[in-house]
Amino acid sequence: MSLFKQLTAKPWEHPDDLEGFHGKVVVKHSTGQMGLWLFLAVVSSMFMLFIVSYFTRSQFPDWEKLTDPNILWLNTGLLVLASVAMQFATNAASQDAANKLRYSLIVSGLLTVAFVGGQLMAWEQLISAGFYVQGNPSTAFFYLVTGLHAVHLLGGLWYMLLVAVRLSRKNQRAKALKSIALCATYWHYLLLVWLILFTLLLRT
Amino acid sequence: MAYVAIADRDHEEYHDHQPQSFIWKYVWSQDHKVIAIQYSLTAIAIGLVALGLSLVMRLQLGFPDTFSFITPDQYYQAITMHGMIMVVYLLTALLLGGFGNYLIPLMIGARDMVFPFMNMLSYWVYLLSVIVLCASFFISGGPTGGGWTLYPPQVILPGSPGVGGGIVLMLLSLVLFIVAFTMGGLNYVTTVLQARCRGMTLMRMPLTVWGIFTATILGLLAFPALLVTGIMLLLDSVLGTSFFMPALLSMGEISEHDGGSPILFQHLFWFFGHPEVYIVALPAFGAVSDLVAVHARKNIFGYRMMVWAIISIGVISFIVWAHHMYVSGMNPYFGFFFATTTLIIAVPTALKVYNWVLTLWRGDIHMTVPMLFVIGFIFTFINGGITGLFLGNVAVDMPLSDTYFVIGHFHMVMGVSPILVIFGAIYHWYPKITGRMLDDRLGRIHFWATLFGTYAIYLPMHYLGILGLPRRYYAMGDTSFIPDSAQAMNAGISIAAFFVAAVQMIFLFNMIWSRKHGKPSGGNPWKATTLEWQTPQTPPLHGNWGPELPVVYRWAYDYSVPGAADDYIPQTMASEDVPRSDPDYHGEEGAHS
Repeated sequence: MSLFKQLTAKPWEHPDDLEGFHGKVVVKHSTGQMGLWLFLAVVSSMFMLFIVSYFTRSQFPDWEKLTDPNILWLNTGLLVLASVAMQFATNAASQDAANKLRYSLIVSGLLTVAFVGGQLMAWEQLISAGFYVQGNPSTAFFYLVTGLHAVHLLGGLWYMLLVAVRLSRKNQRAKALKSIALCATYWHYLLLVWLILFTLLLRT
Repeated sequence: MAYVAIADRDHEEYHDHQPQSFIWKYVWSQDHKVIAIQYSLTAIAIGLVALGLSLVMRLQLGFPDTFSFITPDQYYQAITMHGMIMVVYLLTALLLGGFGNYLIPLMIGARDMVFPFMNMLSYWVYLLSVIVLCASFFISGGPTGGGWTLYPPQVILPGSPGVGGGIVLMLLSLVLFIVAFTMGGLNYVTTVLQARCRGMTLMRMPLTVWGIFTATILGLLAFPALLVTGIMLLLDSVLGTSFFMPALLSMGEISEHDGGSPILFQHLFWFFGHPEVYIVALPAFGAVSDLVAVHARKNIFGYRMMVWAIISIGVISFIVWAHHMYVSGMNPYFGFFFATTTLIIAVPTALKVYNWVLTLWRGDIHMTVPMLFVIGFIFTFINGGITGLFLGNVAVDMPLSDTYFVIGHFHMVMGVSPILVIFGAIYHWYPKITGRMLDDRLGRIHFWATLFGTYAIYLPMHYLGILGLPRRYYAMGDTSFIPDSAQAMNAGISIAAFFVAAVQMIFLFNMIWSRKHGKPSGGNPWKATTLEWQTPQTPPLHGNWGPELPVVYRWAYDYSVPGAADDYIPQTMASEDVPRSDPDYHGEEGAHS
């Protein structure tokens, strides 16, 4: 039933109606999925505001374009692969293929850790080149957006570890298998955010 | 099976864990009702601190040069902390964390929130944020005194009180609060979307749930703006970055900052700050709609319009923020745009007011204490709303900006109004929470004293504002355009403020005393239709509904239905079970003409 139809219903006209228009509450998505989508809306709101601030600031005349470390290209590749591995894990989870699931989760986790490590190396390169956070706003914004993106990935890793522990327990395994899809959604989302941020960093 | 009704699934999961030991039942509880009470009590406690701070302000303003223990620094700290606590830590937490937690599952027929563990975590992080906030009172330098809007460069530069630890603790506390709110908010929205019982369509939900639901979505989308500003300001303050801090001379020295934009801060802050007004207002609007229908024994006038108005207010509230910044030197076309949207948002708001009044029209009005507060609210909200039309226009706002007129306006519209609703709602739902009525006579004294007292405080402020009295000043000094009579009026305002503060103690006493000694209320003392009054036990037990979830047959406003024996039909009652006053009456046709 469309949202429009629901919101234009006249609730006083059909008492006793439990079917159809006033039918039982039907839920397409699990509560976890719904919660995750809402959470992503919150995170999107946050990143959008950072991006708007960043972009607005970059139009000021005293903005000095930062030469982004080349390692960011490598990192981007790592994150893409991590996302792909996560998709493999989701497929494995839906077939309950234990080995495939284990390996793709481990690979995805390692790639993600490597991405975060790579971002730290990018920071180090900037610091050794004398670009400190107190310098031009372009540098400060670079640290800020990369840092926050990495923090969100680390949060995801923590949740993935939690799911991995639950997978190993018999009585929690069925529930944990469903959570793998949530991890994949989150990873794809953070990849998308990173691609937008990276484009912005390269352009300004 | 791709389509699973949560309500049916829940049914199988009942009979789990009624927690036994005290600590799991009342401290580390995952029950939405206990969490709601924890939220409410914490919010009220910190609200009392804010009340105390407002008295410090009023002592100074009413009787300058009298109290040597109030220094200018302390005065600024008091106004800053008062504002922030009232807006965020009291109103937001009490309306969403308190009422939202208690009422959503009960009103939509759910056993609990969908993520109970996260719900518990939400409270504890909120408590932590309150503790961090309070900690700033005890560090050297004290809390920040830069005004509750935390405008840089003022809050960071030496000269403002609390530039060291105070501002850092304030920002940390806000970040924690936002984390707590997000955990709670995800819960409320998902619960409303997914855990409604059988028959509870979106348009059968009581307006209280609609108000809280929409306000939570606003919060989820608006609080990130405060998070963004908080993080960037924190970095400016601690690491010396220059997101918001421009190059400037401070105390004769060139500061280390260079290139930040304070106006960017204002835009981000108010992108949060304006929806925040409606995060507080919408739950209040919703609760008023239910209270007015119950106590006037009449269906709410224009239910669908009320829902649409709530939704449109929510949407428009995101495009009015710059009306807080008319004096920041913005492009006139920009100001024109925001003045227009500001006036447009008054349309759905006014529509709600008309509908409340039309609900009262020819209703069977019971002058109960909750009804008194509702009527007080409608008056006060009209007062505060109309001065909003003044301030929403750029040309009128310019001379009134930063005067007492603004103080009068926003205290009427988002201070007194929602607080009157909160009082009304507590008098209304207290029997469900405790099983006992609040004392009626004390309630009436509390209402009349609070209503007249607050008018004695805030109405004169409008006149002071038109005189040009600037807000935030520690003392007026010898300012030629301010007559001596303004000072006399300020003293009168202070006396009224002490009176109102004292009266609130009656309310606190009532809440504590009635808990044990109040008249037993029974399950449905107001004869209301909504689900929370139909629980098998009062107060409801863990799981709310016993073994069987309720089934909803009708909307929430079947009051005084022609042909029915009682003047209300609970949502859980099918038409064939409704006792009839007239045995020949058949069917529902024309029942709601």
